[in-house]
Amino acid sequence: MRSVRTLAVAALLLLPAYHVASAGEPKQGGILKVYHRDSPASASIHEEATYSVNIPFMPVFNNLVIYKQDVPQNSMESIVPDLAESWAWSDDKKKLTFKLRQGVKWHDGKPFTSADVKCTFDMLMGKSQQKFRKNPRKSWYDEVVDVTTSGDFEASFNLKRPQPALLALLASGYTPVYPCHVSPGDMRTKPTGTGPFKFVEFKANESIKLTRNPDYWKKGLPYLDGMEFTIITNRSTAILGFISGQFDMTFPTEVSIPLLKDVKKQSPNAVCVVEPINVSTNIIVNSSSPPFDSLDIRRAMALAIDRKAFISILFEGQADIGGTMLPAPGGLWAMPKEMLETIPGYGPDINANREEARKLMQKAGFGPDKRLAVKVATRNIPIYRDPAIILIDQLKSIYIDGELDVVETANWFSKVARKDYALGLNLTGNAVDDPDQSFYENYSCGSERNYTNYCNKDIEKLFSEQSQETDVAKRKKIVWEIDKKLQEDVARPIIYHGRSGSCWQPYVKGITIMVNSSYNGYRYEDVWMDK
Amino acid sequence: MFAYIVRRLALMFVTLIGISIIIFVLLRVVPGNIVDILFDAAGFVDPADKANLEKELGLSDPIVVQYFRWIGGLLHGDLGYSYVSEKPALQEILPRIPITAKLAGLALLFSASIGIPLGVISAVHQGTRLDYALRIVSLSGLSLPSFWLGLLILMASVSMFGTMPIFNPNPKTWTEAIAIYCVPAMAVGFRSAALTMRITRSSMLEILRQDFIRTARAKGASENSVNYRHALKNAILPVITVIGIEAAFLIGGLIVTETVFNIPGIARFLVEALRWRDYPIVQNLVMLIAVVVVFANFTVDLLYAAIDPRIRYGD
Repeated sequence: MRSVRTLAVAALLLLPAYHVASAGEPKQGGILKVYHRDSPASASIHEEATYSVNIPFMPVFNNLVIYKQDVPQNSMESIVPDLAESWAWSDDKKKLTFKLRQGVKWHDGKPFTSADVKCTFDMLMGKSQQKFRKNPRKSWYDEVVDVTTSGDFEASFNLKRPQPALLALLASGYTPVYPCHVSPGDMRTKPTGTGPFKFVEFKANESIKLTRNPDYWKKGLPYLDGMEFTIITNRSTAILGFISGQFDMTFPTEVSIPLLKDVKKQSPNAVCVVEPINVSTNIIVNSSSPPFDSLDIRRAMALAIDRKAFISILFEGQADIGGTMLPAPGGLWAMPKEMLETIPGYGPDINANREEARKLMQKAGFGPDKRLAVKVATRNIPIYRDPAIILIDQLKSIYIDGELDVVETANWFSKVARKDYALGLNLTGNAVDDPDQSFYENYSCGSERNYTNYCNKDIEKLFSEQSQETDVAKRKKIVWEIDKKLQEDVARPIIYHGRSGSCWQPYVKGITIMVNSSYNGYRYEDVWMDK
Repeated sequence: MFAYIVRRLALMFVTLIGISIIIFVLLRVVPGNIVDILFDAAGFVDPADKANLEKELGLSDPIVVQYFRWIGGLLHGDLGYSYVSEKPALQEILPRIPITAKLAGLALLFSASIGIPLGVISAVHQGTRLDYALRIVSLSGLSLPSFWLGLLILMASVSMFGTMPIFNPNPKTWTEAIAIYCVPAMAVGFRSAALTMRITRSSMLEILRQDFIRTARAKGASENSVNYRHALKNAILPVITVIGIEAAFLIGGLIVTETVFNIPGIARFLVEALRWRDYPIVQNLVMLIAVVVVFANFTVDLLYAAIDPRIRYGD
């Protein structure tokens, strides 16, 4: 087992080496043509919560720090300076100071200074006059007291308590630095950044165009003259467009496993990879009202899940079983397999699990003659609907008759927020493979995205303990303990962690698909075309 | 005639007022608005932020106030702002109109230029193998969904030519320029051509049995003259009615065709706007479509008199 893991880690470490070795000498020029799966609501990364925005607009910006773009696995070790030249923690670990790069200019020619850093994070913390229309990641900065500047090229984050993971959050594709002098409204329609590509136009439902920034502060980069994203909502048309060579690349991590086989068959020279996307498919349970206020019924439901069947049907075996944190080798924080299998419902003998589940159901007053009828709510999107159907089928084995209740996107969140559901099938994406982001966002008492209102004060203490722990090994142990407890409490049973495919034409070089996040690897400054 | 036109114009005005009220109310009856969707897309909801945005977009005002604000703006040429793109609605809608107009025009042209001659041929050769073959073609046109046909065309195109005719605002060659409009127009116009063909056939069969056709033949008129000058001229009225109605129904077919061929026209834009509950876009686009349909029907009614001198519009 150990050797398998070592091999997997070695393979991951070798990926960048393979990448460089296969790339050759980069060439300048060319427009990279990519199809886009939908029309984003706006161009403002800070106001949206979908990688439909990160992919086309991350190349417009820089962060203070960033995950190294040619390393597939995001980790603390892969964080490199971006607009910051260096960073340092204070001795008490409550102050993180960045020395900023000098001579950097915004795309409109104005100079970048520490004021822009302060502006950006003041706005994210809701402390500035200017406000975002939406601010979905405000909670990321809950431990930040304020951001202070010292001169034009130094900015510090002052924290309430140590939070080493702050650096990981700042390295995400979701954390670009915005200019002070451009309003949030303008950033939604015509963003200005310091990044390798300048914004040209965003025509809703049509296209997004970027052009090379000739004054980019990294000399010689980017290699491409520009990028064009054609918005094609029909997946078949988009894939045919790629196969016919009209696009250089598919929309990253958007090709399903069955479609990938088609692509490889019709376009055998295409380079295709399948990677974890750090999006879990899970069940949200309304534990505040009958029948799921009974822990026995919730546990029975968790025991009835045959995860391998889901993965076999939907992903032809190419997805992962795990707890809240993304499983290894892609994920950094997942509990070991042996520990995972001790959690009820994760054991290999599904029949034994279901037998135990039936006993729990009978204890709760249900059985073959008195079946429990419930509606299983989910969004009217295939990636939600398909697993919901399988879930309904599996629940039949423990006297639960589920009925699919498909909800339009416009009504999904309000339905969940007013607890107008018994069971729901949900997808949870994690922008950063770090417990702070996942635990606080989805399981913390009072968090806006804690859809099930799960609240456990003991676990809350552990959240804080792991968050402050600077020793990675010790932190991992606490994280595993938390993750195990969350699954045992049936807080939000995780069914599987999905994987998805990305393809590009053989002449496109320098693409790296991240293995533990689908939000952070789209700077594209190193991408070039060997044409 | 003049009194008829005035009466019809007045009726059209009342119809459009009615449509505007129906659109406006129906849109707001549908659960969820743009704010719900924006916040849902962001995966969280802050009640204060949500209320602010609703106020900013004018959605917290009473529905009557919202309606008169829209109509008032419409009368002054101000269509409001798209909630999603934050650009003037007119600026969003205008560039898309010529694209859909070209597509719809070509589809109707295809429908008439294929459907009418084939309908005549089928009627003239009634009961022959040719007639059966044409009837099978027309039946398949009525039964094949345009999205399926569109996808089939794209797949065949990729497989045979290694490329496909999806929309490109800057076509490199004239063949590409023609293909990006003509191929989708054929896909969407196929159903309409099939219907036109069937109506033309049945109408022609009825006319060909009439006495004046026999008289024309007895007088020595050629078959072409009998079929096209005498019979078709009298059989065309129901065909024109159907083409007029098809013009209205075309928008439904265009929605899927524009999606499959990735054409940035108003039909696909309307669906996207509806998905986002982008009221200013949806209201104005549906009104635009209503105006086109109402005028198309009005034009068809006027054409009757031009084609058939027996028709008189009395007071």
